[in-house]
Amino acid sequence: MVQNIINVKNLSKSFDISSKEPGLKGTIKHFFRRQTKSLKVIKDISFEIKEGEIVGFLGANGAGKTTILKMLCGLIYPSEGSILVSGYLPFRRKENFLKNITLIMGQKQQLIWDLPPIESFYLNASIYDLDKFEAKKRIKKLSEMIEIDEELYIPVRKLSLGQRMKSELLAALIHEPNILFLDEPTLGLDINAQRNLRKFLQKYNKETNATICLTSHYMKDITSLCKRVICVHEGAISYDGKLDLLLKKLSPVKEILIVCRSEEDAIKLENSGFTVKNKIKNEITIKIENNSITSSLKTILNNFDIEDLFINEPPVDEVIGKVLIKKDYDI
Amino acid sequence: MISNLINRKIFTLLKVQYSNMLEYRVEIALWAISGIIPFFMLNIWTNNNLNESINISDTLLSRYFLCAFFVRQFSVVWVVFSFEEDSLMGKVSPYLIQPLNPFFRYFAQHLAEQITRFPFALIIAFFFFILNPESIWIPNLGILLLSIVSTFLSFLIQFLIQSIVACLCFWTEKASSIERLLFIPTLFLSGLLAPVVSFPAYVKSWIYLTPFPYLIDFPANLLSGNETNISGGLIMQILWIFILFPLFKKIWSEGTKKYTAMGS
Repeated sequence: MVQNIINVKNLSKSFDISSKEPGLKGTIKHFFRRQTKSLKVIKDISFEIKEGEIVGFLGANGAGKTTILKMLCGLIYPSEGSILVSGYLPFRRKENFLKNITLIMGQKQQLIWDLPPIESFYLNASIYDLDKFEAKKRIKKLSEMIEIDEELYIPVRKLSLGQRMKSELLAALIHEPNILFLDEPTLGLDINAQRNLRKFLQKYNKETNATICLTSHYMKDITSLCKRVICVHEGAISYDGKLDLLLKKLSPVKEILIVCRSEEDAIKLENSGFTVKNKIKNEITIKIENNSITSSLKTILNNFDIEDLFINEPPVDEVIGKVLIKKDYDI
Repeated sequence: MISNLINRKIFTLLKVQYSNMLEYRVEIALWAISGIIPFFMLNIWTNNNLNESINISDTLLSRYFLCAFFVRQFSVVWVVFSFEEDSLMGKVSPYLIQPLNPFFRYFAQHLAEQITRFPFALIIAFFFFILNPESIWIPNLGILLLSIVSTFLSFLIQFLIQSIVACLCFWTEKASSIERLLFIPTLFLSGLLAPVVSFPAYVKSWIYLTPFPYLIDFPANLLSGNETNISGGLIMQILWIFILFPLFKKIWSEGTKKYTAMGS
């Protein structure tokens, strides 16, 4: 049986936020008397993640996804509740725990700006107590997986964003962590670089059985990597479960574009009881529920003279967009 | 075994930071030159015959200020500014989840900078001796070694003081403004502008209870061969490190609980 590697129970986090009224009056008032209020950004959440799972955290900006990741990796201290990651309390930042995890934040870098990445890799290797031989072996292996070579010897400041991100990834993985926390890892990367990064993460997960917790606003990252998603809405979990179930729930119908041989056929089809979205000459778009697609298509093909047909999946971004603004999805 | 590992980490950090510092050699030369304030002070003292009031010869005074320059070169600390910037920009976050306290990085950065600075400081000293040939002296090996130790201890004290202030970033975000408050006593009481011996007796007795005279005055007097209580000075330096280190550890552990990982 696969063990839970992350256990989160009734977790909450509050931040003290100071507010200021606009204008000179507000500034003076703010100078003499600061008004702070406690803002609860994570509200009593609980979940478990199994070893080797890839879980996507979805939510609008400010929903609390990054705060959850920061608490899971021990960067910030929780206000209430408990977190156990790999058997450790993350915020205590015990050496063995830190050797087991990594956090990658898109556009945030740990590489030394004026030196080639290879220098940062060897530095990280020594921080994680790897000897030079082992470090060399891992750098070779990871650079082959990530597909970087010459870039290792070029100062970071002269690398492109994609090359830098690859190098960041290598620096963050040199100690072969079991748990990866990835906060918008593909932010700012071009389509090819995004695809390569996803391919690499899949490969890494497959080869090492690492657990991956991921946040991303690029739905392709989520759909190609995560079977399970946790949707966060205003600091609370609105959905925790399989991604395909969520998509089915949110989008129970498919759109089918049917090209009839003649306009008469299209008119006949329009009046045959299907839900019609639109009709232009001999092209008609109808909506069919997911569970009756096969039977409906059989009826259409048997009774009408059809030239061509296309089944359109609704765009995932559009579907997931609904999650970001809704409080609860009970599936 | 543990100390070996730490040494290896520090050594690698030092090596990498030294490579990094060499990228900035022109800046380091300029920083070294910018530290010549003791020479200005020497000029003010000798032109106004102020040394007569404290019974120090011109030669000993010029050696004192040269040594103050050297001690300052190898004990200057700016960790509060680096940490504040890194903290506000969210750069501290990746360091915090590595099994090495981020302050080791800054520590190595400072040591690497000192190594890079060394040749420039020697060149400045060379020109100083050309202009003041009567000040040339060779300290005996024992004194030289003790001065190096004392300068390093002075660096440690300053590093710890600034690190404590830097940790206040977790509460105030602008810890460098608090450091400004420490700048005034550091400037006047450390011996950078005047040897502490020149202060009135009742003031001196208070000054020696603070860490400031052990930052420049004590190591500079030791190296220049001026009369000084060597064992007393070294004990006070070590004592201050023993006071400051646990304080730093406590404030670090409390501060990291307040860390909000802004900017990341």
